[in-house]
Amino acid sequence: MTTLSIGPQHLLPQLRRTAAALRARAPAWLPWFIGRLLSGVGVVLVISFIVFGATQALPSDPARMILGPEAPEHTIETLRRQLGLDRPLVLQYVDWAGQVVSGNLGRSIDSNVPVAELMAGRFANSLTLTLAVAAVAFPLALVLGIALALRRDSLFDRAVLSSVVLFKAVPGFVIGICLVMIFSTSVFNILPAASLLDPALPAWRQPQYLILPTATLALSVATYLLRLVRASMIEAMDSEYVTAARLRGVPERRIIWRHAVPNALIPAIQGVAMTFRVLFGGAVLAEVIFSYPGIGNTLNAAIEMRDLPLIQGIVLVVTVGVVAINLAADLITVLLTPRLRTATRIRARSPGLRNAASLWRTGKSWRVSV
Amino acid sequence: MSAIAVDRPVFRQTDLHYGGAVDHAGAGRACDGVVPQAASARLSVRGLRVQIAGGVDVVSDVSFDVAAGRIVGLVGESGSGKTTVASALLGHVRHGARIVEGRIEVAGTDLLSLPESALRAVRGRVVAHVAQDPATTLNPLLRIGTHMHEVLEVHEPALGRREREARILEVFAEVGLPAESGFLKRFPHQLSGGQQQRVLLAQAFVLKPQLIVLDEPTTALDVSTQAKVLTTIRTLCGQHGVAAVYVSHDLAVVRELVDDVIVLYAGRIVEAAPLTALFAAPAHPYSQGLLAAIPDVAERRALQPIPGQAPAPGTRPAGCAFAPRCPLRSDACAMQVPGLVRVGAQQRAACLRLDAGPAFRIEPAGAARAVVRSSGDALLEVAQIDAWYGERQVLHNVALSLDAGECVAVVGESGSGKTTLARALAGLGEHANGTVRYRGKALSLRARERSPDVRHQIQYIFQNPYRALNPRHTVGDTLITAVRHFFAVDRAEARRRAEAVLARVSLQPTLLDAYPRELSGGERQRVAIARALVCEPQLLICDEITSALDVSVQATILALLRELQAGGLSILFVTHDLGVVRALADRVVVLRDGRVVEHGAVDDVLDHPFAAYTRQLVDHSPSLIERAQRPDKAPRIVRYAR
Repeated sequence: MTTLSIGPQHLLPQLRRTAAALRARAPAWLPWFIGRLLSGVGVVLVISFIVFGATQALPSDPARMILGPEAPEHTIETLRRQLGLDRPLVLQYVDWAGQVVSGNLGRSIDSNVPVAELMAGRFANSLTLTLAVAAVAFPLALVLGIALALRRDSLFDRAVLSSVVLFKAVPGFVIGICLVMIFSTSVFNILPAASLLDPALPAWRQPQYLILPTATLALSVATYLLRLVRASMIEAMDSEYVTAARLRGVPERRIIWRHAVPNALIPAIQGVAMTFRVLFGGAVLAEVIFSYPGIGNTLNAAIEMRDLPLIQGIVLVVTVGVVAINLAADLITVLLTPRLRTATRIRARSPGLRNAASLWRTGKSWRVSV
Repeated sequence: MSAIAVDRPVFRQTDLHYGGAVDHAGAGRACDGVVPQAASARLSVRGLRVQIAGGVDVVSDVSFDVAAGRIVGLVGESGSGKTTVASALLGHVRHGARIVEGRIEVAGTDLLSLPESALRAVRGRVVAHVAQDPATTLNPLLRIGTHMHEVLEVHEPALGRREREARILEVFAEVGLPAESGFLKRFPHQLSGGQQQRVLLAQAFVLKPQLIVLDEPTTALDVSTQAKVLTTIRTLCGQHGVAAVYVSHDLAVVRELVDDVIVLYAGRIVEAAPLTALFAAPAHPYSQGLLAAIPDVAERRALQPIPGQAPAPGTRPAGCAFAPRCPLRSDACAMQVPGLVRVGAQQRAACLRLDAGPAFRIEPAGAARAVVRSSGDALLEVAQIDAWYGERQVLHNVALSLDAGECVAVVGESGSGKTTLARALAGLGEHANGTVRYRGKALSLRARERSPDVRHQIQYIFQNPYRALNPRHTVGDTLITAVRHFFAVDRAEARRRAEAVLARVSLQPTLLDAYPRELSGGERQRVAIARALVCEPQLLICDEITSALDVSVQATILALLRELQAGGLSILFVTHDLGVVRALADRVVVLRDGRVVEHGAVDDVLDHPFAAYTRQLVDHSPSLIERAQRPDKAPRIVRYAR
């Protein structure tokens, strides 16, 4: 406790002691996390500048887009004034940013519906699709990846690995078109070719429209995750702690589940995060192919219409989402790795990310620096 | 064929005996063991043969016995099959290998005839294994307590949590770990290397096994920690009457611990003898060579390298595998594989030329060159160096000097800052500053700021020859690039110089077109030395350059360095091995926690250590010479301690 009788020369050590006590109680990774959080906020801010600037730099005029090429010049001028497009950029940004912070993303220029309202439905659809893909792809990649690692170099392993490479090499839209041909048009006719969702119902109530987009996306993202899980599982099974556990007579099942799998899953967190980033950012191709009313499709349409407020809103929400996903992945990685969790100083900005990238490319782990 | 009667594997179903003193079936068998057979051999290995893919033998025809309470050292260099034998004692071989023949009986149970589940019950409980590198052997995600509990959960499922914890704390006290519940909550990375190794020992001893297999358990540790861990192992084996097999590449370590020694070469036993017999009169030329190649802390020796290198599995020659390197070989040696024959009361060796006299002899070298210190003409004068790693200061005001043609060793344990010092002097230090004079002129600690003329005169050789050479460059590319970097010569001249330098390090000029992957570790280190020599250096800075090499190879590298030094080269040699210091250096600087605790002439410092820390290092360094037998050394007169 500091009292007034203590002079300033005593204050500093006192403060230091208090800080040390606080540090002792707070988790060791907290400073790193706060730093990451702040840099995340910085990223969002910078992206907001870029988005705002870039949309302003689009070659054509939104007012002309709305009114069409035949509209007289003075009508366009009036609309530009009404939309506030004639004011200085800085003012437009400050105004827009203030609105965004208060939750108002403006009105779509194209449809005159509030952007927030428009996005809510589309994001819900995209989120539903993302979760559906995750629910299919993650267990598939996990189970298959572990199974392949345990049967390394067998015929099964090589066959699956070759077909994985095939799926990886084929562009997503080709997979989508093939699925449409098989299940909707040429071979069977059991699933709708286009996902014309009923806007009145939530997407998960209309599963028939979800199946093909989910399958297309799951097939393309699972390959990445599968290879990652297989590589890190092989590395874990080859590790000396697994050999040592075998030599202590620990049953194989327990070795796999208690020793190898937890170690193998830590790099996979980064793979999961990357999949979420791709999907959440709008799986444009799949959504366009199936006319799925998700965020990717909407962004595509908004860009075509030069619908500035909508573009800004979507990109901003996607940015926040991506930053949050990265942050969550890094935090989970740190919390699940005792070495990082207890470290007083984490040097890597995103420990685990390089490890995952290295594992995926070469099958060899990258030393995570602490 | 071998003199040992090799039992063909007879797979009989045996009941599994757990724990307790098992009076086993093997007792009465005529066991023509290699190691003196006790009536009650706890471990009995017969005709063990392990193959890798393609039917290539890694281990052939290995037979030996170990009695309860005895420790047998299994010694060999890399590729000798010692680790394969060690894991085979638990019925385990690495991925791709197969036990094709043989019989391994532990306390009367033939392990190789057991089904997988019974074998699992034996592992850890009847036979325990302690691995080489504790840092990678402990699962980084599991707490120490979880590691310990798991062993008991698996093998003694009847025990409750409290009983298990009591057992764990009991064994922790035995192995010298804090017997506290709090310690169990730690993660492996929160322990020191010595503590991690003790956890592995605790895991091995907690079930009171019949046999314990220790696979180089102290290689990753400092000498002081190693000495303490060895003491613990000896005490525990004695207390529990466990039979132990201690695998090592280091005869000096083995000497501190074991009762009997088995020397392996190219997958076969070449000699087996009680410890004292082996060290007093090694019978096999390879054993003699190994002993003559080991630098000893207690005595300066003229190290005798064994020519050539150990053959890898698949390239082993017909007949005696050692014949191509053996000075005593005759035509007969290439014709047949010699069997083990009795040479002493309990000593056996597999050699056809046993009577031809010793192939290698330990020869003490004369005293170190007299240290003549003339003031003012030091080649390198380090007034003081400070260095930081992050916010931690790792070097504090380190000072040393090096004369032309002199070899100064810098010794210390890991974390003493010796590598930091070497890197700083080589100009690789990033966070170092200090005052260094080279030939009387100020020398920058950043190589970038040195003139090219000075840069080529100070060359650095890295610890690990496997990573120091660019794998995509041929030896010629590596050398020629170095030549042309410093000297304005055309390609033909550079190639000529490269060939000449290869000859200086005893490598064939044809190796110019070889890639590093085609070379052995010793050859790579020679190429790394050649790369330094081709720059025409005055000073070589060597950072633990022999620690990744086998002793017989190390001897050849040390011989080369001595030769270079005789030619006028100055050497700064960083090492943790005091034996190497004795064999090579003129003067020594002892570092501890980044400070110089002692420096002086090698014989002075090692025979009459001044600092307590140096004395401790010397005492803990394994030596082949009994302390009592060490010759009385003249008292230390010359002293350079501050």
